[in-house]
Amino acid sequence: MNLSLLVILPFLTALAVLPFKDLKLVRTIAFIGSAAQLILCFILLFLFWKERSSGNTGIMLFENNYTWYDSLHINYHTGIDGISLSMIMLTAFVVLAAVLVSWKMEKLNKEFFFLLLFLSAGAYGFFISLDLFTLFFFLELAVIPKFLLIGIWGSGKKEYSAMKLALMLMGGSALVFVGLTGIYFNTSVNGEHSFDLLQIAQTKIPVTIQNLFFPFAFIGFGIFTAIFPFHTWVPDGHSSAPTAASMFLAGISMKLGGYGCLRVAAFLMPDAAHHYSIIIIVLASIAILYGAFATMMQTDLKYINAYSSISHCGFVLLGIGMLTKTAITGAVMQMVSHGLMTALFFAAIGMIYDRTHTRQVAQLGGLLKVMPFISAVFVIAGLCSLGLPGFSGFVAEMTVFMGSWENAGRFYHIATIIACASIVVTAVYILRATGQAIMGPVNNKEYNLLKDAEWNEKLAAGLLIIAIVAIGIAPFWLNELLKPATEIIIQKLGTIVK
Amino acid sequence: MLNDFFILMKAELVITIIIFILLFLKLGNKEWENETLLNFINILLFINLASGFFFAGEGKLFGDMFQTSELVRFEKNLLNLGTFIISLQSYNWLKNHKHVPEFYMLLLSTLLGMFFMISSGNILMFYLALELSTIPLAALCNFDLNKRQSSEAAFKMIISSAFSSGLLLFGISLLYGATGSLNFSEISSHLSNSPLLIFSLILLISGFGFKISAVPFHLWTADVYEGSPVAVTSYLSVISKGAILFVLVSVLYKVFHPLGETWYNILFIVSVATMITGNLFALRQQNMKRFLAFSSIAQVGFILIGITGQSAQGSASVIYFILVYIFSNLGAFGVISLVSAVTGKENLDDYKDFYKTNPLLSWVLAISLFSLAGIPPTAGFFGKFFLLLAGAGKGNYLLITIAALNMVVSLYYYLKVIKAIFMDSNDNPVEKIKTGLLPKIAMIICVAGILITGLLSGAYNYIYSLVK
Repeated sequence: MNLSLLVILPFLTALAVLPFKDLKLVRTIAFIGSAAQLILCFILLFLFWKERSSGNTGIMLFENNYTWYDSLHINYHTGIDGISLSMIMLTAFVVLAAVLVSWKMEKLNKEFFFLLLFLSAGAYGFFISLDLFTLFFFLELAVIPKFLLIGIWGSGKKEYSAMKLALMLMGGSALVFVGLTGIYFNTSVNGEHSFDLLQIAQTKIPVTIQNLFFPFAFIGFGIFTAIFPFHTWVPDGHSSAPTAASMFLAGISMKLGGYGCLRVAAFLMPDAAHHYSIIIIVLASIAILYGAFATMMQTDLKYINAYSSISHCGFVLLGIGMLTKTAITGAVMQMVSHGLMTALFFAAIGMIYDRTHTRQVAQLGGLLKVMPFISAVFVIAGLCSLGLPGFSGFVAEMTVFMGSWENAGRFYHIATIIACASIVVTAVYILRATGQAIMGPVNNKEYNLLKDAEWNEKLAAGLLIIAIVAIGIAPFWLNELLKPATEIIIQKLGTIVK
Repeated sequence: MLNDFFILMKAELVITIIIFILLFLKLGNKEWENETLLNFINILLFINLASGFFFAGEGKLFGDMFQTSELVRFEKNLLNLGTFIISLQSYNWLKNHKHVPEFYMLLLSTLLGMFFMISSGNILMFYLALELSTIPLAALCNFDLNKRQSSEAAFKMIISSAFSSGLLLFGISLLYGATGSLNFSEISSHLSNSPLLIFSLILLISGFGFKISAVPFHLWTADVYEGSPVAVTSYLSVISKGAILFVLVSVLYKVFHPLGETWYNILFIVSVATMITGNLFALRQQNMKRFLAFSSIAQVGFILIGITGQSAQGSASVIYFILVYIFSNLGAFGVISLVSAVTGKENLDDYKDFYKTNPLLSWVLAISLFSLAGIPPTAGFFGKFFLLLAGAGKGNYLLITIAALNMVVSLYYYLKVIKAIFMDSNDNPVEKIKTGLLPKIAMIICVAGILITGLLSGAYNYIYSLVK
């Protein structure tokens, strides 16, 4: 199966939306397109399982390699392994949910859906790329649609947030570019430079070069994943964005960075990864703890979720920094789990905001009586966030903790304990927000007239909840998917010397 | 021999024929309607563009003074394409102008000068062609005859051009004195690292620097770009720069090859200064023409980085970028010239809420600005990436980091325009503009070029095969 189909289908759907002005037609086309994409991803998952169970142990499956710019050794090289496939599935779920949640988007509707679908095509392209140039191409492709989505359809200080987001992400891309250039000019594949990921992985880049360019690549990708101290675009960006864009931003866009950190920075420059692992762990732990404490101070539901995203994505970086097989598996699981969970949370907040026109926790109250379904969704998202067993958050975080503890040494154990401690803080802000907004007496008499979720919102929430529970109750299928891929990465990283 | 002459100088001959046709049109007694005249001239220019693709020849004439090759032919085709697009875009403005044939005669004279400049094999030929391309341009800057700013722009243009030509001549005379020859091919064998030659190199780069608005020779750019009519501004920023850059690349690579270390260091400093100055000043501009002037200064900084690569990738990436730059810059100028001609508005504030009244024009402008900023999937991304990749070949990652960070700064001011068009509200937005057929064709060419030349590798691969 040709993986470029994953990019072409959303792009065609985006184009198909353009000739029409009627919201009903536009949203139906977008819905059909994203639903078809989800089905396509399931077919891909099925084919992938078939290949693996029939004994195909290639690093990447469904590879396609087209020469693009021969003189610069740039090829359009695509392929997937377990990690990319799990990210692709995540994207499919979140985009379909995002389209469903935007069912009532009146303002400039076709442009909205066009940008959303175009953005998703970029994400799919990023995950299937096996060539550094192509990867970078799709990474930067996503920046402008985000800018437009936040700036035109957002709320609050949307222009400022959009500009900050665009500039900081572009800054991250600039650093990634320097890192990629360094890798390109210092690899020798058959006597020539190359941008090909797999070929570069076979060679050894000199250690001094690795140590020079690893910070560029890691921090560059890290900015996408809200590495501390470059996380400042997250709160404003996620909160000013319209619901679907927030779901995409927090759910998928932040994972672009984590994937890049793993696949490009750590995989291609393993010695540097060991060299800098202590700094990565420190930064990740700061992000986890600082994110959690900062969230406690927030009064706006979206800001609560945004800051908690910083905290949860800190787990991803922590797992990558620990450089053990379990930790890296945990990091990828956390990417998937957090993506689903935060999309669900933003969806619930969006539904609440559409009805009550406020996101301030203090002004909400007693929503359980008024809109039970939405409240249930909110509570589920919250419980997943604080790591309740039965949901994917628990699985992912447990795996990260187990992987982190595997490293003997007081430093790693202390980092793990700090990360665990943040769960308590997470519980505080989640339960407090839930208690104030959902439980208790109805604060505002007008709320009694509000309607509960419509079919599209129920479907969106249902999709995400099914995925979260599927991972939470039976995580072995995800583990099996990721195992061969993480084994390759660990082989390249060698054993950590402690 | 005569056959050779016709084939090798085909591009120049076609342009000369067109100039003479226009001259006779003007001298004749008949009063032509501006619209008919413009349609006729645009058809002539299209024939000129098409003729560049047939009957290729390679060789030298007039004792090595005039040389042509595949690469030179390609560069001339690029300039033809750019001129054709500019001519299509100036339709609205020229429709109401009193001096249409004169405009085209002057424009094509400068183009002729640029053709000779690219094909020159001898410094004297080069200088002659340079003057031929500059002096009519100064007259062209004055073509908004009822605006005082236009005359001021022309005045600044001719004074700074004359001064830069003086510097260039000084450098040339020193070069002749040191090497004893005016032929490009003979000069390179006599070069060494003597102070005289380094001084002449500096003067030459200064002369070139004026024409491409490199820092610190950029001070004339903003005022001249702002005062001139939009068509002339687009011509200055794209065609004139492009031609000089073509010559600069071939002169530095072929003639000054032995002095590589020296001009590498010079270009490093100039490119960093150019990028930073261009970006810093563009941040504060309100007038769209001035804004694009400073942004084009920053783009030149990037191009200079490509030149510092000193490899086949270096020259290929520069030529490719100029192709992309023609499409992107003319796409942006096309919209601006249309708005300026129909409504007279040239300020950023007037463009607020432009999307509400003119959605298609907004998208053309947006795509062109994205290409200038270097955002995929536009060709500008590929162009900038290849330029920086070529520059990184020398191992100077500091330069690449500065360039990449400058891309972020430049994104800010391009996004300010996008913000105004799509996000800001305006009580008095630009009214719905009815685009004529010719400007529409120009915009389609630009947008198609931006979207296609990056994603399809044909253009770059062809250019690379020409320079290898």
